[in-house]
Amino acid sequence: MVRLVATDPFDGALPARVGGVELTASPVEGAVLIAPHRGAEAKVGAILQKSRGLPFPGPGETARAGAARILWAGPDRALLIGADLPEGVTEHAAVTDQGDGIAALTIAGPRVEAVLARLVPIDLRPTAFPQGRTARTLVGHMTASVTRTGEEAFEIMVMRSMAGSLLADLREAAERVDARP
Amino acid sequence: MRVAGKGLNAGGREVRFRFDGAEVVGREGDTVAAALLANDIRLVGRSFKYHRPRGIVTAGSEEPNALVRVGAGIGAGVGALPNVRATVQEVFDGLEVESQNRWPSLARDFLAVNDLAAPFLSAGFYYKTFMWPRRFWEGLYEPLIRRAAGLGALSGAADDEHNEKAFAFCDLLVIGAGPAGLMAALTAARAGADVILADEGAQMGGRLLAETLEVGGGAGHAWAAGVLAELSALPNVRLMTRTTVTGAYDHGSYGALERVALHLPPGGAAPRECFWRIQAGAAVLAAGALERGIAFADNDRPGIMMASAVRAYLNRWGVAPGRAVTVLGNNDDAHRTALDLAAAGVTVAGLIDTRPEGALGPIGAVSGAFPVFTSGRVVATGGRLGLETVSVEHAGGSRVIRSDCLAVSGGWNPTVHLTCHMNGRPEWREDIAAFVPRPGAVPGLIAAGAANGVFSTHGCLAEGRRAAREALAALGRTAPEVDLPEAEDAPCRVAPLWVMPGKGRKWLDFQNDVTVKDVEQAAAENFRSVEHMKRYTTQGMAPDQGKNSNVAALAVLADATGREIAQTGVTTFRPPYSPVSIAAMGAGGRGMGFAPHRLTTSHGAALERGAPMIEAGLWYRASYFPRPGEATWREACDREVAMVRGAVGVCDVSTLGKIDVQGPDAGEFLDFVYANTMSTLPVGKVRYGLMLREDGHVMDDGTCARLGERQFVVTTTTAAAGLVMRHLEVVAQVLRPGMDVQIASVTEQWAQFSVAGPKARDLVNAMLDEGVSDATMPYMGCGAISLAGVAGRLFRISFSGEHAYEIAVPARYGAALWRLLVAQAEALGGGAYGMEALNVLRIEKGFITHAEIDGRATAFDIGMARMVSAKKDCIGKAASLRPGLMEEERPQLVGLRPVDPGAEIGAGAHLFARGADAVRVNAQGHVTSAGYSPTLSSWLGLGFLARGRARHGEVVRLVDHLRGRDVLCEVCDPVFFDPEGGRLRG
Repeated sequence: MVRLVATDPFDGALPARVGGVELTASPVEGAVLIAPHRGAEAKVGAILQKSRGLPFPGPGETARAGAARILWAGPDRALLIGADLPEGVTEHAAVTDQGDGIAALTIAGPRVEAVLARLVPIDLRPTAFPQGRTARTLVGHMTASVTRTGEEAFEIMVMRSMAGSLLADLREAAERVDARP
Repeated sequence: MRVAGKGLNAGGREVRFRFDGAEVVGREGDTVAAALLANDIRLVGRSFKYHRPRGIVTAGSEEPNALVRVGAGIGAGVGALPNVRATVQEVFDGLEVESQNRWPSLARDFLAVNDLAAPFLSAGFYYKTFMWPRRFWEGLYEPLIRRAAGLGALSGAADDEHNEKAFAFCDLLVIGAGPAGLMAALTAARAGADVILADEGAQMGGRLLAETLEVGGGAGHAWAAGVLAELSALPNVRLMTRTTVTGAYDHGSYGALERVALHLPPGGAAPRECFWRIQAGAAVLAAGALERGIAFADNDRPGIMMASAVRAYLNRWGVAPGRAVTVLGNNDDAHRTALDLAAAGVTVAGLIDTRPEGALGPIGAVSGAFPVFTSGRVVATGGRLGLETVSVEHAGGSRVIRSDCLAVSGGWNPTVHLTCHMNGRPEWREDIAAFVPRPGAVPGLIAAGAANGVFSTHGCLAEGRRAAREALAALGRTAPEVDLPEAEDAPCRVAPLWVMPGKGRKWLDFQNDVTVKDVEQAAAENFRSVEHMKRYTTQGMAPDQGKNSNVAALAVLADATGREIAQTGVTTFRPPYSPVSIAAMGAGGRGMGFAPHRLTTSHGAALERGAPMIEAGLWYRASYFPRPGEATWREACDREVAMVRGAVGVCDVSTLGKIDVQGPDAGEFLDFVYANTMSTLPVGKVRYGLMLREDGHVMDDGTCARLGERQFVVTTTTAAAGLVMRHLEVVAQVLRPGMDVQIASVTEQWAQFSVAGPKARDLVNAMLDEGVSDATMPYMGCGAISLAGVAGRLFRISFSGEHAYEIAVPARYGAALWRLLVAQAEALGGGAYGMEALNVLRIEKGFITHAEIDGRATAFDIGMARMVSAKKDCIGKAASLRPGLMEEERPQLVGLRPVDPGAEIGAGAHLFARGADAVRVNAQGHVTSAGYSPTLSSWLGLGFLARGRARHGEVVRLVDHLRGRDVLCEVCDPVFFDPEGGRLRG
């Protein structure tokens, strides 16, 4: 009988501290993408609310209820993380497993905004991008999901295959910021 | 020389650096220019074209002459930066500075002989002289001219320094931190707005650092320091020193270059420069003004400088650029230079005012500490490598003044450049004889202070506050009450004068060696438009973009063409305002930073086996898996092919695009995007599919599996995964918005491995919790599987022609499954195979890739015309039916077998009829893919040949001009191996 051992996208490289910021893996195992069928957003939202205490998020929004959370992930789609898919959702939405396709980490530290300013082209000032806000944008050359998870913390998701490039880009940016006179 | 007690850095420690190999002692806070002048070094470079001796002219980034090469280890040439302005570069211990454009030395420059030939080298000389013979231009004239002319040279070595790019956002961007900029920033900061204050200097304060003027009853620089202290304590203010805003772009975005570590010894981890993209809700342009010169005979000798620069060197750095300084001006402001020098105890040899006595302002008249010449004209200067004499004609006669520094002021040009970056043109104001910004030329950018033509200190402070208030109103914020400190409010009094009488060359553009005569000649030859004059004379080109000379040059042009300055206009100012190194703009774009690396889950295991990687888009895929004793890739490839045909091989195919298509209308949607029909596909089956572009050509091919009544998984080629995903989104959102279908990429979710060969099922069944058979998993079947309790997917599809499966598991199990599969395959006499073997296997079977469907091939060309369903519409169908795309004459996909099986053939070769000359007009097609087939012991090729399908059996000539091959090949069906497909189903 065979046994399969899971490996994480960062291949054990996290947690790490680079140039004054902390990088920690963010578990997204079992995450599913929910894309409601035409006109079914309200129904999906109602099911989520009832069974998981989560809304179907609008553009740029996230919500959290205990260990469960949901992120806007593009027009009319959201990523459900840390919770089983409630019954009935598949009747009203296209659901795909995505947890394995994502490399996610949290980057935190006093200079986190300065580090991300080297890679992310959007306005991440707290006034424009407060805690809980999410965006589909770029990190360097990579398409990414960026979410503010704290005053000095962000979660970044990229394609799993690019995990190494994400670490390399963050390391380079953090080291340059740290070395500034 | 240093002037005791003067300079804001008077208490600075000594700094030792080298200029052309000799040690120079400067002072902390000095620029290279300040330190050189403090050491009485006036000659710093040779001019662009005539190699004339040149010295420092300005004290800012507009410097035309003092361009130097800087770095550590200049001798080795690595990391040295050419064309650095000595007026910008700060000194540090160990800095090495080298003059440019001279050989063998600055004082004895061999190419100064060019200067003797000057009568022949005037404007348009190259255009007229090097016309013939034409072929001599690239080979002879251009290299010679480039060698003789030009600026500093790059080392040619790879740059191993760090640079950076970054983004910033603010409510208000204030450009320039002189009195206007500081006042604007203070006003906006107190209003609570997010403010970025950017200034190109190492220290903020602008002209307040260079003048003795008072603000608020104290020294101007002290007031600036106070404001900066308040600003730096505020959380909503970011001060960016050494940062030049270089361009204004759409929607409030600005480019800026920050010199992060250029003032520090190289080799540190800090970035050398950072290129910023700043997004601002509004911006205030408080960039000040640049003083302009006056053209007179031999006005380019080292020691002839701008009057404001002389003041800056004196007041900011405690340096007198000469021992006996003469001041020349056509305005009141020039008098400040004479007064400041005299007050500091520096000899003022004379003040030459071009205006008659009655027109002088109140400041000059009160002095008496130096001679004043009114209605003065400088008619000649003397001194070979530096100024020695100034010949002046004035109201009282004529005189030769012994002087080693001439401080010139022809008035001030507001720094309007950024306001012109979106095609705005500045307006000429006669009263101040200057161009000023046209309001609104760049939306959201408000000019203030000297940049707006208001020159007094009081005026600048008031303008800064006014501009901030306007900006705050536009941002919907309330402006607080901010008091204006007291400051001088002298009027701007200037009597324009551009050229003086006298014999000799009168220089306008020092950086490009353009004289008054050149501009006049351009006008005489009918290059009357200012843009034409610029290109004919090169005035205003090069690193300084004519900051010192533009207005004077167009004034000369206006005079020569009998027009007003306002009619003549200025040339177009474009970004960047000052030079930006490519290294900064392209920061990060090298090594790992050039593009993301996409690695498969089997990457580590493949590397362990010594597999070389081949790039497929951003992916890295194993090329082959060498075994001990295999000397070449071919040996490994041949073995891997034989392994798949004889036992079983395992290949990572995770890189192929996987797109999940779900929804009530999924089948109908796929019928529209695929040429063939997918809606009829039963659940649990896979079908090969072809997608066309709108123009009827093939876009991509792949498989489509039906996982459920409303769920399909489309696979794409690795190369076209992004393209197809985008295409499907466009179709769903734009072309068929009425369809209820949801599309999601699941490429990264699944690690997918091909298991191919006669023993494929044995291997698969050894892995699965519940084995499969032909009955449960027939050819082109698919379904859910369980593998060690992990839910996966199994597809019975083949790209090798063998009995084959693709197993997909969630990516976190990919690495583990790969190792298991390879170990098990090896136990069965097989193993892992890479891209090389995969390619040979598919060529043997005549399966196409993007080498064949390269964007020019139609379904007809590849022999799949019948796949374009006649029963339904699809994208590209109408276009594919055009007569031109269905003709028998078109190149059609064929197989090619060398008559001599050992004769090597390669992709890119051209096909000709046997006996025909191998020239373009006879070409009948080309080879798209080729490889050696160990299965058939022959080289095989796929290619396109005119009327190819009707020519099976014919022998054609294959000529590879690049590799020098000429091979006879038999045309055959593209499927070389197992044409009946028995092995697939076996």
